[in-house]
Amino acid sequence: MSTTDMNTAAIVDEEELRYARAEKREKIAKWLLPVVVIALAVFLWDRMVVWNDIPHYILPGPGLVLETLIQDWGMLSDALIVTLKITLAALAVAVVGGVGLAILFTQSRYFEMSFYPFAVILQVTPVVSIAPLIFIYVDSRIAGLLLCAWIVAFFPILSNTTLGLNSTDHNLRDLYKIYGATRWQRLRYLQLPTALPYFLGGLRIAGGLSLIGAVVAEYVAGTGGIGSGLAFRILEAGYRLNIPRMFAALLLIAATGVVIFTAASLLSHALLHKWHESAIKRES
Amino acid sequence: MTLPSSIPPMGQRDKLLEMSNVDKVFGGNVVALKDMNLTVNQGDFISLLGPSGCGKSTALRLISGLMRPTSGHINWEGGQKTGDLGVVFQEPTLMPWATVEQNVWLPFRLRGKSLADVQDEIMWALKMVGLEKFQKSYPRELSGGMKMRVSIARSLVTEPRLILMDEPFAALDEITRHKLNNDLLELRDKLKCTVIFVTHSVFESVFLSDRIVVMAARPGRVSSEVTVDAPYPRTEEFRTSADYAELCRKASDALHGAMNEHGARASA
Ligand SMILES: Nc1ncnc2c1ncn2[C@@H]1O[C@H](COP(=O)(O)OP(=O)(O)OP(=O)(O)O)[C@@H](O)[C@H]1O
Ligand SMILES: [Mg+2]
Repeated sequence: MSTTDMNTAAIVDEEELRYARAEKREKIAKWLLPVVVIALAVFLWDRMVVWNDIPHYILPGPGLVLETLIQDWGMLSDALIVTLKITLAALAVAVVGGVGLAILFTQSRYFEMSFYPFAVILQVTPVVSIAPLIFIYVDSRIAGLLLCAWIVAFFPILSNTTLGLNSTDHNLRDLYKIYGATRWQRLRYLQLPTALPYFLGGLRIAGGLSLIGAVVAEYVAGTGGIGSGLAFRILEAGYRLNIPRMFAALLLIAATGVVIFTAASLLSHALLHKWHESAIKRES
Repeated sequence: MTLPSSIPPMGQRDKLLEMSNVDKVFGGNVVALKDMNLTVNQGDFISLLGPSGCGKSTALRLISGLMRPTSGHINWEGGQKTGDLGVVFQEPTLMPWATVEQNVWLPFRLRGKSLADVQDEIMWALKMVGLEKFQKSYPRELSGGMKMRVSIARSLVTEPRLILMDEPFAALDEITRHKLNNDLLELRDKLKCTVIFVTHSVFESVFLSDRIVVMAARPGRVSSEVTVDAPYPRTEEFRTSADYAELCRKASDALHGAMNEHGARASA
Protein backbone atom coordinates (compact mmCIF):
# COMPACT_ATOMS: atom_id res chain seq x y z
CA MET A 1 0.00 0.00 0.00
CA SER A 2 2.59 2.48 1.10
CA THR A 3 4.93 1.55 -1.74
CA THR A 4 2.28 2.23 -4.37
CA ASP A 5 1.62 5.56 -2.68
CA MET A 6 5.26 6.42 -2.92
CA ASN A 7 5.29 5.40 -6.54
CA THR A 8 2.38 7.61 -7.48
CA ALA A 9 3.92 10.46 -5.56
CA ALA A 10 7.15 10.00 -7.48
CA ILE A 11 5.31 9.90 -10.80
CA VAL A 12 3.38 13.04 -10.01
CA ASP A 13 6.62 14.73 -9.03
CA GLU A 14 8.27 13.76 -12.26
CA GLU A 15 5.32 14.92 -14.30
CA GLU A 16 5.28 18.21 -12.49
CA LEU A 17 8.97 18.69 -13.10
CA ARG A 18 8.54 17.88 -16.75
CA TYR A 19 5.75 20.41 -16.96
CA ALA A 20 7.86 23.06 -15.26
CA ARG A 21 10.72 22.33 -17.62
CA ALA A 22 8.48 22.63 -20.66
CA GLU A 23 7.13 25.91 -19.40
CA LYS A 24 10.61 27.30 -18.88
CA ARG A 25 11.66 26.16 -22.32
CA GLU A 26 8.68 27.91 -23.86
CA LYS A 27 9.41 31.11 -22.01
CA ILE A 28 12.96 31.21 -23.32
CA ALA A 29 11.91 30.24 -26.84
CA LYS A 30 9.35 33.02 -26.90
CA TRP A 31 12.15 35.58 -26.74
CA LEU A 32 15.01 33.68 -28.26
CA LEU A 33 13.35 32.52 -31.48
CA PRO A 34 12.34 35.95 -32.83
CA VAL A 35 15.75 37.36 -31.93
CA VAL A 36 17.52 34.52 -33.72
CA VAL A 37 15.32 34.82 -36.81
CA ILE A 38 15.81 38.58 -37.02
CA ALA A 39 19.55 38.24 -36.51
CA LEU A 40 19.63 35.64 -39.25
CA ALA A 41 17.71 37.89 -41.63
CA VAL A 42 20.07 40.81 -40.96
CA PHE A 43 23.03 38.53 -41.49
CA LEU A 44 21.65 37.30 -44.83
CA TRP A 45 20.94 40.88 -45.86
CA ASP A 46 24.54 41.79 -45.09
CA ARG A 47 25.93 38.76 -46.95
CA MET A 48 23.76 39.42 -49.98
CA VAL A 49 25.06 42.94 -50.26
CA VAL A 50 28.66 41.80 -49.88
CA TRP A 51 28.52 38.71 -52.10
CA ASN A 52 26.69 40.44 -54.94
CA ASP A 53 28.66 43.66 -54.66
CA ILE A 54 25.48 45.70 -54.53
CA PRO A 55 26.30 49.42 -54.51
CA HIS A 56 25.14 51.27 -51.41
CA TYR A 57 22.94 53.70 -53.41
CA ILE A 58 20.82 50.69 -54.39
CA LEU A 59 20.86 48.59 -51.24
CA PRO A 60 23.01 49.57 -48.27
CA GLY A 61 24.13 46.87 -45.86
CA PRO A 62 22.91 46.85 -42.29
CA GLY A 63 26.23 48.17 -41.03
CA LEU A 64 26.00 51.25 -43.22
CA VAL A 65 22.39 51.85 -42.17
CA LEU A 66 23.42 51.76 -38.54
CA GLU A 67 26.32 54.09 -39.25
CA THR A 68 23.99 56.55 -40.99
CA LEU A 69 21.56 56.31 -38.11
CA ILE A 70 24.27 57.36 -35.69
CA GLN A 71 25.69 60.01 -37.99
CA ASP A 72 22.33 61.61 -38.76
CA TRP A 73 20.94 61.08 -35.29
CA GLY A 74 20.52 64.79 -34.66
CA MET A 75 18.21 65.29 -37.62
CA LEU A 76 16.53 61.90 -37.43
CA SER A 77 15.77 62.09 -33.72
CA ASP A 78 14.11 65.47 -34.23
CA ALA A 79 12.02 63.95 -36.99
CA LEU A 80 11.24 60.95 -34.81
CA ILE A 81 9.95 63.19 -32.05
CA VAL A 82 7.70 65.04 -34.49
CA THR A 83 6.22 61.82 -35.87
CA LEU A 84 5.88 60.36 -32.41
CA LYS A 85 4.06 63.42 -31.11
CA ILE A 86 1.55 63.35 -33.94
CA THR A 87 1.04 59.60 -33.63
CA LEU A 88 0.44 59.69 -29.89
CA ALA A 89 -1.73 62.77 -30.03
CA ALA A 90 -3.84 61.17 -32.76
CA LEU A 91 -4.10 57.98 -30.74
CA ALA A 92 -5.15 59.90 -27.64
CA VAL A 93 -7.83 61.80 -29.54
CA ALA A 94 -8.93 58.53 -31.18
CA VAL A 95 -9.32 56.90 -27.78
CA VAL A 96 -11.30 59.78 -26.32
CA GLY A 97 -13.38 60.27 -29.47
CA GLY A 98 -13.88 56.56 -30.16
CA VAL A 99 -14.89 55.64 -26.64
CA GLY A 100 -16.99 58.77 -26.21
CA LEU A 101 -18.85 58.18 -29.45
CA ALA A 102 -19.32 54.49 -28.60
CA ILE A 103 -20.88 55.44 -25.27
CA LEU A 104 -23.21 57.90 -26.99
CA PHE A 105 -24.12 55.20 -29.52
CA THR A 106 -25.16 52.77 -26.82
CA GLN A 107 -27.13 55.42 -24.96
CA SER A 108 -29.28 56.29 -27.93
CA ARG A 109 -30.15 54.08 -30.87
CA TYR A 110 -31.24 57.10 -32.89
CA PHE A 111 -27.90 58.75 -32.35
CA GLU A 112 -26.21 55.59 -33.54
CA MET A 113 -28.46 55.32 -36.58
CA SER A 114 -27.69 58.93 -37.46
CA PHE A 115 -23.96 58.93 -37.06
CA TYR A 116 -22.69 55.40 -37.59
CA PRO A 117 -22.84 55.75 -41.40
CA PHE A 118 -20.60 58.82 -41.14
CA ALA A 119 -18.05 56.86 -39.19
CA VAL A 120 -18.15 54.10 -41.80
CA ILE A 121 -17.73 56.55 -44.68
CA LEU A 122 -14.73 58.10 -42.95
CA GLN A 123 -13.29 54.67 -42.43
CA VAL A 124 -13.74 53.21 -45.91
CA THR A 125 -12.44 56.28 -47.78
CA PRO A 126 -8.66 55.84 -48.09
CA VAL A 127 -6.93 58.54 -46.08
CA VAL A 128 -4.51 59.27 -48.95
CA SER A 129 -7.44 60.50 -50.96
CA ILE A 130 -8.84 62.75 -48.26
CA ALA A 131 -5.53 64.10 -47.03
CA PRO A 132 -4.87 66.57 -49.89
CA LEU A 133 -8.26 68.15 -49.24
CA ILE A 134 -7.58 68.35 -45.54
CA PHE A 135 -4.36 70.22 -46.18
CA ILE A 136 -6.21 72.67 -48.40
CA TYR A 137 -8.86 73.44 -45.78
CA VAL A 138 -6.81 73.20 -42.61
CA ASP A 139 -4.25 75.93 -42.23
CA SER A 140 -2.18 74.46 -39.47
CA ARG A 141 0.06 71.67 -40.74
CA ILE A 142 0.11 69.95 -37.38
CA ALA A 143 -3.67 70.05 -37.13
CA GLY A 144 -3.93 68.57 -40.63
CA LEU A 145 -1.55 65.74 -39.81
CA LEU A 146 -3.39 65.08 -36.58
CA LEU A 147 -6.73 64.99 -38.33
CA CYS A 148 -5.50 62.49 -40.94
CA ALA A 149 -3.97 60.20 -38.34
CA TRP A 150 -7.12 60.44 -36.21
CA ILE A 151 -9.43 59.50 -39.08
CA VAL A 152 -7.47 56.29 -39.61
CA ALA A 153 -7.09 55.41 -35.96
CA PHE A 154 -10.42 56.10 -34.38
CA PHE A 155 -12.64 53.63 -36.20
CA PRO A 156 -11.31 50.38 -34.68
CA ILE A 157 -11.71 51.91 -31.25
CA LEU A 158 -15.22 53.07 -31.99
CA SER A 159 -16.41 49.81 -33.53
CA ASN A 160 -14.72 47.54 -30.98
CA THR A 161 -15.91 49.56 -28.01
CA THR A 162 -19.46 49.73 -29.38
CA LEU A 163 -19.45 45.98 -29.84
CA GLY A 164 -18.13 45.54 -26.30
CA LEU A 165 -20.68 47.85 -24.72
CA ASN A 166 -23.42 45.85 -26.43
CA SER A 167 -22.00 42.47 -25.44
CA THR A 168 -23.12 42.44 -21.84
CA ASP A 169 -24.49 39.15 -20.56
CA HIS A 170 -28.27 39.34 -20.85
CA ASN A 171 -28.79 37.70 -17.47
CA LEU A 172 -26.55 40.28 -15.84
CA ARG A 173 -28.54 42.98 -17.58
CA ASP A 174 -31.73 41.50 -16.14
CA LEU A 175 -30.13 41.35 -12.72
CA TYR A 176 -29.19 45.02 -12.87
CA LYS A 177 -32.74 45.83 -13.87
CA ILE A 178 -34.22 43.82 -11.02
CA TYR A 179 -31.95 45.61 -8.56
CA GLY A 180 -33.06 48.95 -9.96
CA ALA A 181 -29.73 50.08 -11.44
CA THR A 182 -29.64 53.49 -13.08
CA ARG A 183 -28.35 53.93 -16.64
CA TRP A 184 -25.16 55.39 -15.29
CA GLN A 185 -24.61 52.48 -12.89
CA ARG A 186 -25.22 49.99 -15.65
CA LEU A 187 -22.75 51.78 -17.90
CA ARG A 188 -20.10 52.09 -15.24
CA TYR A 189 -20.31 48.75 -13.46
CA LEU A 190 -21.46 46.48 -16.26
CA GLN A 191 -20.99 47.83 -19.76
CA LEU A 192 -17.59 49.48 -19.45
CA PRO A 193 -15.91 46.46 -17.81
CA THR A 194 -17.49 44.18 -20.42
CA ALA A 195 -16.18 46.44 -23.17
CA LEU A 196 -12.65 46.68 -21.76
CA PRO A 197 -11.15 43.66 -23.58
CA TYR A 198 -12.81 44.74 -26.83
CA PHE A 199 -11.50 48.28 -26.40
CA LEU A 200 -7.98 47.03 -25.74
CA GLY A 201 -8.13 44.93 -28.90
CA GLY A 202 -9.14 48.06 -30.78
CA LEU A 203 -6.35 50.03 -29.13
CA ARG A 204 -3.72 47.61 -30.37
CA ILE A 205 -4.93 48.06 -33.94
CA ALA A 206 -5.40 51.81 -33.56
CA GLY A 207 -1.85 52.27 -32.26
CA GLY A 208 -0.42 50.89 -35.48
CA LEU A 209 -2.95 52.75 -37.60
CA SER A 210 -2.25 56.13 -36.04
CA LEU A 211 1.41 55.70 -36.98
CA ILE A 212 0.41 54.77 -40.51
CA GLY A 213 -1.97 57.74 -40.63
CA ALA A 214 0.74 60.12 -39.43
CA VAL A 215 3.25 58.83 -41.98
CA VAL A 216 0.82 58.88 -44.90
CA ALA A 217 -0.31 62.39 -44.01
CA GLU A 218 3.28 63.57 -43.92
CA TYR A 219 3.89 62.16 -47.38
CA VAL A 220 0.88 64.02 -48.66
CA ALA A 221 1.68 67.24 -46.84
CA GLY A 222 5.15 67.00 -48.31
CA THR A 223 6.47 70.29 -46.97
CA GLY A 224 9.80 70.26 -45.23
CA GLY A 225 11.59 72.52 -42.88
CA ILE A 226 12.14 72.44 -39.17
CA GLY A 227 9.03 70.65 -37.99
CA SER A 228 9.13 67.72 -40.40
CA GLY A 229 8.78 64.11 -39.37
CA LEU A 230 10.32 60.84 -40.39
CA ALA A 231 8.20 60.34 -43.48
CA PHE A 232 9.30 63.63 -44.91
CA ARG A 233 12.91 62.74 -44.18
CA ILE A 234 12.47 59.56 -46.20
CA LEU A 235 11.01 61.50 -49.12
CA GLU A 236 13.78 64.02 -48.95
CA ALA A 237 16.50 61.39 -48.73
CA GLY A 238 14.89 59.63 -51.70
CA TYR A 239 15.18 62.77 -53.85
CA ARG A 240 18.82 63.02 -52.90
CA LEU A 241 19.40 59.31 -53.51
CA ASN A 242 20.59 58.97 -49.92
CA ILE A 243 19.37 55.42 -49.63
CA PRO A 244 21.12 54.62 -46.33
CA ARG A 245 19.28 57.49 -44.66
CA MET A 246 15.98 56.24 -46.09
CA PHE A 247 16.68 52.91 -44.46
CA ALA A 248 17.67 54.53 -41.18
CA ALA A 249 14.44 56.53 -41.05
CA LEU A 250 12.47 53.46 -42.03
CA LEU A 251 14.12 51.55 -39.22
CA LEU A 252 12.99 54.20 -36.75
CA ILE A 253 9.40 54.07 -38.02
CA ALA A 254 9.31 50.29 -37.73
CA ALA A 255 10.80 50.43 -34.24
CA THR A 256 8.18 53.00 -33.23
CA GLY A 257 5.42 50.71 -34.47
CA VAL A 258 6.81 47.79 -32.52
CA VAL A 259 7.12 49.86 -29.35
CA ILE A 260 3.53 51.11 -29.62
CA PHE A 261 2.22 47.60 -30.24
CA THR A 262 4.21 46.21 -27.33
CA ALA A 263 3.05 48.96 -25.00
CA ALA A 264 -0.57 48.30 -25.93
CA SER A 265 -0.10 44.57 -25.39
CA LEU A 266 1.50 45.13 -22.00
CA LEU A 267 -1.32 47.45 -20.98
CA SER A 268 -3.82 44.85 -22.10
CA HIS A 269 -2.11 42.16 -20.06
CA ALA A 270 -1.86 44.38 -17.00
CA LEU A 271 -5.57 45.16 -17.07
CA LEU A 272 -6.90 41.74 -17.99
CA HIS A 273 -4.60 39.08 -16.60
CA LYS A 274 -6.60 38.62 -13.43
CA TRP A 275 -9.86 37.69 -15.07
CA HIS A 276 -10.06 37.60 -18.83
CA GLU A 277 -9.80 34.36 -20.81
CA SER A 278 -7.42 35.86 -23.36
CA ALA A 279 -4.84 36.57 -20.69
CA ILE A 280 -5.14 33.33 -18.76
CA LYS A 281 -2.72 30.55 -19.46
CA ARG A 282 -4.20 27.14 -18.95
CA GLU A 283 -2.46 23.83 -18.69
CA SER A 284 -3.38 21.79 -21.71
CA MET B 1 -30.94 40.01 11.60
CA THR B 2 -34.51 39.36 12.59
CA LEU B 3 -35.70 36.00 11.44
CA PRO B 4 -38.95 34.29 12.32
CA SER B 5 -38.29 31.45 14.73
CA SER B 6 -39.88 28.84 12.51
CA ILE B 7 -41.96 28.45 9.40
CA PRO B 8 -45.60 27.86 10.31
CA PRO B 9 -47.26 24.78 8.81
CA MET B 10 -48.96 25.15 5.46
CA GLY B 11 -52.41 26.68 5.74
CA GLN B 12 -51.29 29.00 8.54
CA ARG B 13 -48.87 31.10 6.54
CA ASP B 14 -49.34 34.78 5.73
CA LYS B 15 -49.85 35.69 2.13
CA LEU B 16 -46.83 37.20 0.38
CA LEU B 17 -47.83 37.60 -3.21
CA GLU B 18 -50.70 36.80 -5.50
CA MET B 19 -50.86 36.30 -9.26
CA SER B 20 -54.41 36.63 -10.44
CA ASN B 21 -55.69 35.88 -13.94
CA VAL B 22 -52.32 36.62 -15.46
CA ASP B 23 -52.00 36.36 -19.23
CA LYS B 24 -48.79 36.90 -21.13
CA VAL B 25 -48.86 37.11 -24.90
CA PHE B 26 -45.70 37.62 -26.95
CA GLY B 27 -45.79 39.38 -30.28
CA GLY B 28 -49.57 39.38 -30.40
CA ASN B 29 -49.96 35.64 -30.97
CA VAL B 30 -47.65 33.52 -28.81
CA VAL B 31 -49.65 32.83 -25.67
CA ALA B 32 -46.98 32.01 -23.09
CA LEU B 33 -49.32 32.13 -20.07
CA LYS B 34 -53.09 31.92 -19.99
CA ASP B 35 -55.09 32.78 -16.89
CA MET B 36 -52.42 31.86 -14.37
CA ASN B 37 -53.36 32.04 -10.71
CA LEU B 38 -50.91 31.47 -7.91
CA THR B 39 -50.83 32.48 -4.28
CA VAL B 40 -47.43 32.52 -2.65
CA ASN B 41 -47.32 32.45 1.15
CA GLN B 42 -44.46 33.44 3.41
CA GLY B 43 -42.24 30.42 3.97
CA ASP B 44 -43.48 28.47 0.97
CA PHE B 45 -40.96 26.49 -1.01
CA ILE B 46 -42.74 26.24 -4.35
CA SER B 47 -41.46 24.27 -7.31
CA LEU B 48 -42.73 25.12 -10.76
CA LEU B 49 -42.65 21.85 -12.64
CA GLY B 50 -43.60 21.45 -16.27
CA PRO B 51 -42.53 20.57 -19.80
CA SER B 52 -40.24 22.85 -21.76
CA GLY B 53 -42.01 25.93 -23.09
CA CYS B 54 -44.89 25.88 -20.60
CA GLY B 55 -44.02 29.37 -19.37
CA LYS B 56 -42.11 28.72 -16.15
CA SER B 57 -39.41 31.25 -16.92
CA THR B 58 -42.04 33.67 -18.13
CA ALA B 59 -43.87 33.37 -14.80
CA LEU B 60 -40.65 34.15 -12.92
CA ARG B 61 -39.87 37.11 -15.15
CA LEU B 62 -43.34 38.48 -14.51
CA ILE B 63 -42.94 38.11 -10.75
CA SER B 64 -39.51 39.71 -10.85
CA GLY B 65 -40.97 42.70 -12.66
CA LEU B 66 -38.77 42.29 -15.73
CA MET B 67 -41.95 42.06 -17.81
CA ARG B 68 -45.50 43.28 -17.34
CA PRO B 69 -48.42 40.90 -17.73
CA THR B 70 -50.55 41.40 -20.83
CA SER B 71 -53.52 41.26 -18.51
CA GLY B 72 -54.15 40.32 -14.89
CA HIS B 73 -52.32 41.42 -11.75
CA ILE B 74 -49.41 40.50 -9.55
CA ASN B 75 -49.84 41.97 -6.08
CA TRP B 76 -47.29 41.97 -3.27
CA GLU B 77 -48.69 42.02 0.21
CA GLY B 78 -47.74 45.46 1.54
CA GLY B 79 -46.25 46.51 -1.79
CA GLN B 80 -42.89 45.59 -3.25
CA LYS B 81 -39.75 47.27 -1.99
CA THR B 82 -36.21 47.22 -3.36
CA GLY B 83 -34.33 44.32 -1.91
CA ASP B 84 -37.47 42.22 -1.62
CA LEU B 85 -36.29 39.99 -4.39
CA GLY B 86 -33.32 37.71 -4.93
CA VAL B 87 -32.77 35.89 -8.21
CA VAL B 88 -30.65 32.95 -9.27
CA PHE B 89 -30.41 32.04 -12.94
CA GLN B 90 -29.48 28.79 -14.61
CA GLU B 91 -25.97 30.14 -15.15
CA PRO B 92 -24.12 31.63 -12.18
CA THR B 93 -24.18 35.02 -13.95
CA LEU B 94 -21.20 36.49 -12.14
CA MET B 95 -19.15 39.44 -13.31
CA PRO B 96 -15.81 37.87 -14.27
CA TRP B 97 -13.83 41.05 -13.59
CA ALA B 98 -15.05 41.25 -10.00
CA THR B 99 -14.02 39.18 -7.01
CA VAL B 100 -16.46 36.98 -5.13
CA GLU B 101 -17.16 39.63 -2.51
CA GLN B 102 -17.58 42.34 -5.13
CA ASN B 103 -20.10 40.16 -6.92
CA VAL B 104 -22.07 39.60 -3.75
CA TRP B 105 -21.85 43.33 -3.04
CA LEU B 106 -23.73 44.16 -6.27
CA PRO B 107 -27.30 44.55 -4.90
CA PHE B 108 -25.99 46.92 -2.23
CA ARG B 109 -23.63 48.71 -4.55
CA LEU B 110 -26.52 49.59 -6.84
CA ARG B 111 -28.18 51.19 -3.85
CA GLY B 112 -25.13 53.32 -3.23
CA LYS B 113 -23.66 51.43 -0.30
CA SER B 114 -19.90 51.10 -0.08
CA LEU B 115 -18.22 47.73 0.25
CA ALA B 116 -16.98 48.59 3.73
CA ASP B 117 -20.50 49.47 4.89
CA VAL B 118 -21.91 46.08 4.03
CA GLN B 119 -18.87 43.92 4.71
CA ASP B 120 -20.71 42.14 7.53
CA GLU B 121 -23.69 41.28 5.37
CA ILE B 122 -21.44 40.01 2.59
CA MET B 123 -19.42 37.82 4.95
CA TRP B 124 -22.63 36.51 6.48
CA ALA B 125 -23.98 35.53 3.05
CA LEU B 126 -20.70 33.93 2.02
CA LYS B 127 -20.62 31.99 5.26
CA MET B 128 -24.15 30.82 4.56
CA VAL B 129 -22.98 29.16 1.36
CA GLY B 130 -19.65 28.04 2.81
CA LEU B 131 -17.41 30.30 0.75
CA GLU B 132 -16.09 32.71 3.38
CA LYS B 133 -12.52 31.75 2.49
CA PHE B 134 -12.97 32.69 -1.15
CA GLN B 135 -14.03 36.31 -0.83
CA LYS B 136 -11.03 37.60 -2.76
CA SER B 137 -11.10 34.95 -5.49
CA TYR B 138 -12.14 35.61 -9.04
CA PRO B 139 -14.99 33.55 -10.55
CA ARG B 140 -12.63 31.79 -12.95
CA GLU B 141 -10.82 30.28 -9.99
CA LEU B 142 -13.97 28.55 -8.77
CA SER B 143 -15.72 25.34 -9.83
CA GLY B 144 -19.19 25.38 -11.35
CA GLY B 145 -20.80 24.47 -8.04
CA MET B 146 -18.89 27.17 -6.18
CA LYS B 147 -19.89 29.80 -8.72
CA MET B 148 -23.49 28.79 -8.20
CA ARG B 149 -23.02 29.24 -4.45
CA VAL B 150 -21.72 32.76 -5.01
CA SER B 151 -24.80 33.44 -7.09
CA ILE B 152 -26.98 32.16 -4.25
CA ALA B 153 -25.08 34.26 -1.71
CA ARG B 154 -25.72 37.31 -3.85
CA SER B 155 -29.43 36.50 -4.03
CA LEU B 156 -29.80 36.30 -0.27
CA VAL B 157 -27.43 39.03 0.88
CA THR B 158 -30.23 41.59 1.03
CA GLU B 159 -32.41 39.17 3.04
CA PRO B 160 -35.12 39.27 0.39
CA ARG B 161 -38.71 38.30 1.08
CA LEU B 162 -38.71 36.09 -2.01
CA ILE B 163 -36.00 34.20 -3.88
CA LEU B 164 -36.63 33.20 -7.49
CA MET B 165 -34.55 30.38 -8.91
CA ASP B 166 -34.76 29.38 -12.57
CA GLU B 167 -33.30 25.88 -12.95
CA PRO B 168 -30.26 26.91 -10.95
CA PHE B 169 -28.67 23.48 -10.76
CA ALA B 170 -29.63 22.12 -14.18
CA ALA B 171 -26.14 22.55 -15.60
CA LEU B 172 -24.38 20.83 -12.71
CA ASP B 173 -23.46 17.19 -12.29
CA GLU B 174 -25.68 15.03 -10.13
CA ILE B 175 -23.37 14.82 -7.13
CA THR B 176 -22.94 18.57 -6.96
CA ARG B 177 -26.66 19.03 -7.50
CA HIS B 178 -27.54 16.78 -4.56
CA LYS B 179 -25.07 18.62 -2.37
CA LEU B 180 -26.48 22.00 -3.34
CA ASN B 181 -30.04 20.73 -2.84
CA ASN B 182 -29.16 19.72 0.72
CA ASP B 183 -27.45 23.05 1.35
CA LEU B 184 -30.35 24.98 -0.08
CA LEU B 185 -32.75 23.31 2.32
CA GLU B 186 -30.41 24.03 5.19
CA LEU B 187 -30.30 27.67 4.16
CA ARG B 188 -34.04 27.83 3.91
CA ASP B 189 -34.30 26.34 7.36
CA LYS B 190 -31.98 29.01 8.76
CA LEU B 191 -33.40 31.96 6.86
CA LYS B 192 -37.08 30.95 6.74
CA CYS B 193 -37.13 32.44 3.28
CA THR B 194 -39.73 31.99 0.57
CA VAL B 195 -38.55 30.32 -2.60
CA ILE B 196 -39.99 29.76 -6.06
CA PHE B 197 -37.87 27.16 -7.77
CA VAL B 198 -38.19 26.23 -11.44
CA THR B 199 -37.10 22.73 -12.35
CA HIS B 200 -37.52 20.00 -14.94
CA SER B 201 -36.77 17.32 -12.41
CA VAL B 202 -39.57 15.56 -10.56
CA PHE B 203 -37.06 14.24 -8.02
CA GLU B 204 -35.58 17.64 -7.31
CA SER B 205 -38.98 19.23 -6.89
CA VAL B 206 -40.15 16.56 -4.43
CA PHE B 207 -36.97 16.69 -2.41
CA LEU B 208 -36.96 20.46 -2.06
CA SER B 209 -40.44 21.84 -1.98
CA ASP B 210 -43.60 21.71 0.08
CA ARG B 211 -45.71 22.76 -2.88
CA ILE B 212 -45.24 21.55 -6.44
CA VAL B 213 -47.13 23.61 -8.96
CA VAL B 214 -47.44 21.53 -12.11
CA MET B 215 -47.82 23.50 -15.32
CA ALA B 216 -49.14 22.54 -18.73
CA ALA B 217 -48.09 23.99 -22.07
CA ARG B 218 -49.78 25.65 -25.04
CA PRO B 219 -51.08 27.78 -23.54
CA GLY B 220 -48.99 27.83 -20.37
CA ARG B 221 -51.13 27.45 -17.27
CA VAL B 222 -51.29 25.81 -13.86
CA SER B 223 -52.50 22.25 -14.29
CA SER B 224 -52.47 20.94 -10.75
CA GLU B 225 -50.74 21.25 -7.42
CA VAL B 226 -49.05 18.48 -5.45
CA THR B 227 -48.49 19.00 -1.75
CA VAL B 228 -45.34 17.44 -0.35
CA ASP B 229 -46.18 16.94 3.30
CA ALA B 230 -42.92 15.28 4.31
CA PRO B 231 -41.41 17.13 7.27
CA TYR B 232 -38.26 19.24 7.16
CA PRO B 233 -35.36 18.97 7.72
CA ARG B 234 -35.00 16.56 4.84
CA THR B 235 -31.76 14.70 4.58
CA GLU B 236 -30.16 12.07 2.38
CA GLU B 237 -32.27 9.53 4.24
CA PHE B 238 -35.42 11.10 2.84
CA ARG B 239 -34.04 10.56 -0.67
CA THR B 240 -34.06 6.80 -0.19
CA SER B 241 -37.28 6.52 1.80
CA ALA B 242 -40.50 4.89 0.60
CA ASP B 243 -42.35 8.19 1.24
CA TYR B 244 -40.08 9.92 -1.21
CA ALA B 245 -40.65 7.28 -3.88
CA GLU B 246 -44.40 7.51 -3.40
CA LEU B 247 -44.34 11.33 -3.62
CA CYS B 248 -42.23 11.19 -6.75
CA ARG B 249 -44.75 8.84 -8.32
CA LYS B 250 -47.55 11.24 -7.43
CA ALA B 251 -45.71 14.25 -8.88
CA SER B 252 -44.74 12.29 -11.95
CA ASP B 253 -48.36 11.29 -12.53
CA ALA B 254 -49.41 14.91 -12.20
CA LEU B 255 -46.76 15.94 -14.71
CA HIS B 256 -47.89 13.31 -17.21
CA GLY B 257 -51.45 14.40 -16.64
CA ALA B 258 -50.44 17.95 -17.50
CA MET B 259 -48.66 16.82 -20.63
CA ASN B 260 -51.69 14.86 -21.87
CA GLU B 261 -54.22 17.51 -21.04
CA HIS B 262 -56.70 18.44 -23.69
CA GLY B 263 -55.26 21.13 -25.89
CA ALA B 264 -51.68 20.14 -25.29
CA ARG B 265 -49.78 18.78 -28.24
CA ALA B 266 -47.36 16.01 -27.43
CA SER B 267 -44.14 17.86 -26.79
CA ALA B 268 -40.75 16.32 -26.48
N1 LIG C 1 -39.31 37.13 -25.32
C1 LIG C 1 -40.12 36.24 -25.92
N2 LIG C 1 -40.63 36.51 -27.13
C2 LIG C 1 -41.45 35.62 -27.74
N3 LIG C 1 -41.79 34.45 -27.24
C3 LIG C 1 -41.32 34.11 -26.03
C4 LIG C 1 -40.44 34.99 -25.31
N4 LIG C 1 -40.11 34.40 -24.14
C5 LIG C 1 -40.74 33.22 -24.14
N5 LIG C 1 -41.47 33.04 -25.27
C6 LIG C 1 -42.31 31.88 -25.57
O1 LIG C 1 -43.15 31.65 -24.47
C7 LIG C 1 -43.27 30.28 -24.20
C8 LIG C 1 -42.86 29.99 -22.76
O2 LIG C 1 -41.47 30.23 -22.63
P1 LIG C 1 -40.69 30.03 -21.26
O3 LIG C 1 -39.27 30.39 -21.51
O4 LIG C 1 -41.38 30.74 -20.18
O5 LIG C 1 -40.81 28.46 -21.06
P2 LIG C 1 -40.15 27.55 -19.92
O6 LIG C 1 -41.24 26.82 -19.27
O7 LIG C 1 -39.26 28.34 -19.06
O8 LIG C 1 -39.30 26.56 -20.81
P3 LIG C 1 -37.91 25.84 -20.45
O9 LIG C 1 -38.24 24.76 -19.51
O10 LIG C 1 -37.44 25.31 -21.77
O11 LIG C 1 -37.02 26.87 -19.88
C9 LIG C 1 -42.42 29.57 -25.21
O12 LIG C 1 -43.28 29.09 -26.24
C10 LIG C 1 -41.50 30.61 -25.76
O13 LIG C 1 -41.22 30.37 -27.09
MG1 LIG D 1 -37.06 28.42 -18.73
